Amino acid sequence: MNRTQVIEQLPGLRRYARVLTGDAWAADDLVQDTLERACSKWLLWRAGSDLRAWLFTLMHNLYLNQRRALPALAQVDIDDIHDQLPGARAPSDDALDLERCLQRLPADQRAVLLLVAMEDMSYEDTARILGIPAGTVMSRLSRARTRLRALMDREPAPSPIPAAHADAPAAGAVPVLRRLK
Amino acid sequence: MTRPPTMDPIHPAPHPRAGESSTWHALVDGQLPPAQAQALREQLQDDQEAQATLAHWQAQREQLHALHQDLLHAPVPDTLMAAALRATDRREQQAQWWRWGGMAASVLLAFVLGWTGRGQWPAVAPGKTLATGNGTTLLAAEPAQRFAQQAAVAHAVYQPEVRHPVEVTAAQQDHLVQWLSKRLDRPLKVPALGAQGYELVGGRLLPGDTGVRAQFMYQNSAGQRITLYLGALAAASTSPDPASDNTPRPQPPTTASTTAFQFTQDGPVPGFYWTDAGFGYALSGQLSRTELLSLATAAYQQLNP
Repeated sequence: MNRTQVIEQLPGLRRYARVLTGDAWAADDLVQDTLERACSKWLLWRAGSDLRAWLFTLMHNLYLNQRRALPALAQVDIDDIHDQLPGARAPSDDALDLERCLQRLPADQRAVLLLVAMEDMSYEDTARILGIPAGTVMSRLSRARTRLRALMDREPAPSPIPAAHADAPAAGAVPVLRRLK
Repeated sequence: MTRPPTMDPIHPAPHPRAGESSTWHALVDGQLPPAQAQALREQLQDDQEAQATLAHWQAQREQLHALHQDLLHAPVPDTLMAAALRATDRREQQAQWWRWGGMAASVLLAFVLGWTGRGQWPAVAPGKTLATGNGTTLLAAEPAQRFAQQAAVAHAVYQPEVRHPVEVTAAQQDHLVQWLSKRLDRPLKVPALGAQGYELVGGRLLPGDTGVRAQFMYQNSAGQRITLYLGALAAASTSPDPASDNTPRPQPPTTASTTAFQFTQDGPVPGFYWTDAGFGYALSGQLSRTELLSLATAAYQQLNP
């Protein structure tokens, strides 16, 4: 283990945290917390095992804990603040739309979708990182894709894949119409 | 809906519905074996709805991939870099702790020897070499004082360093010793100060006014750092080999090129320094005189067994 191995992970962790949280400052805070956490958890990391997956695991535990700890009113609709969001360059409207819709997915679905589709993690690694069974990865992935499509199309989810109905009674409550304050 | 849940987390694979949906995702995510992927593509070729879904998922993947690509090439903020380095240093310290744990017996032995030898110091050290009130009557040659000064400056420069306190870390101790021994043209030993609570962080090579110098850095659990600085002083070649002085107890010889411990506060940090056969040593740290003396004693005893 040397420093470069950890430093090499930083850009990827930042980008993932950025999309996961939808906020530049929250993202870097999350990465910072993840690194602090690593300090106290190193003994749990087996040398030679996948450092990236391990850091993602730490990050997820922190992220989900933080979300549980936050009162509901800490949620701000990205529509209202996106003018103030810092960014090196103005992203395209499409990218903004996508980010906005991602933030409207439930956090656990967003995490699965991002790990699989953005980070190209295998389903097994995704299950390990999130600490959920492989089957749950698939059901969340399926719901996330279906719902994201619906959000992007600005219409209720047509549910092209039957799997979308699994354990999501709330799937019918179309979040696109709800403003989170 | 009468259909059973299609994704049963406990039995994910056997369920046919689950299997179907999963293979579609696996196809888009490139997680199917090539043959299976090809077969599924052929099977879905004429299924308009399936094709539309797969195309949409593929488009999602591409859009997600494109999100915040700039962050992958942007410079990492200093605070994060510092946090990463703290994390790796911590890891190294822990790895080191385990390794040193294996040496516990020898460290304990060194501690016991150091403790018993400690009481004899005042009797052994020649009185003339102890710092006196006016400070100018010391017999220490000027090069030794300059040496001590440089040691203190080197300490002050690298002690606060977060990212690069050392060039070679303790994890590569063998390499560190080999390298510095070669550069200083003398077999070096790194004293173990674990019994005093200080673990080796690593070392670096430095320039001094009479040639190359080496600095070993140690740190205790509170983050307090001390450095041991060593290198040849100017007129080194004519001094006797310290190995020929076969005294069983630590006893600094008193030849012209050798002095006993001297305390100095002239530099940015206090320290003890001594010379031995033309070679200078200085132990520096923001510590009390007593603590520094105890550490210097431990170092000296290990360097002159």
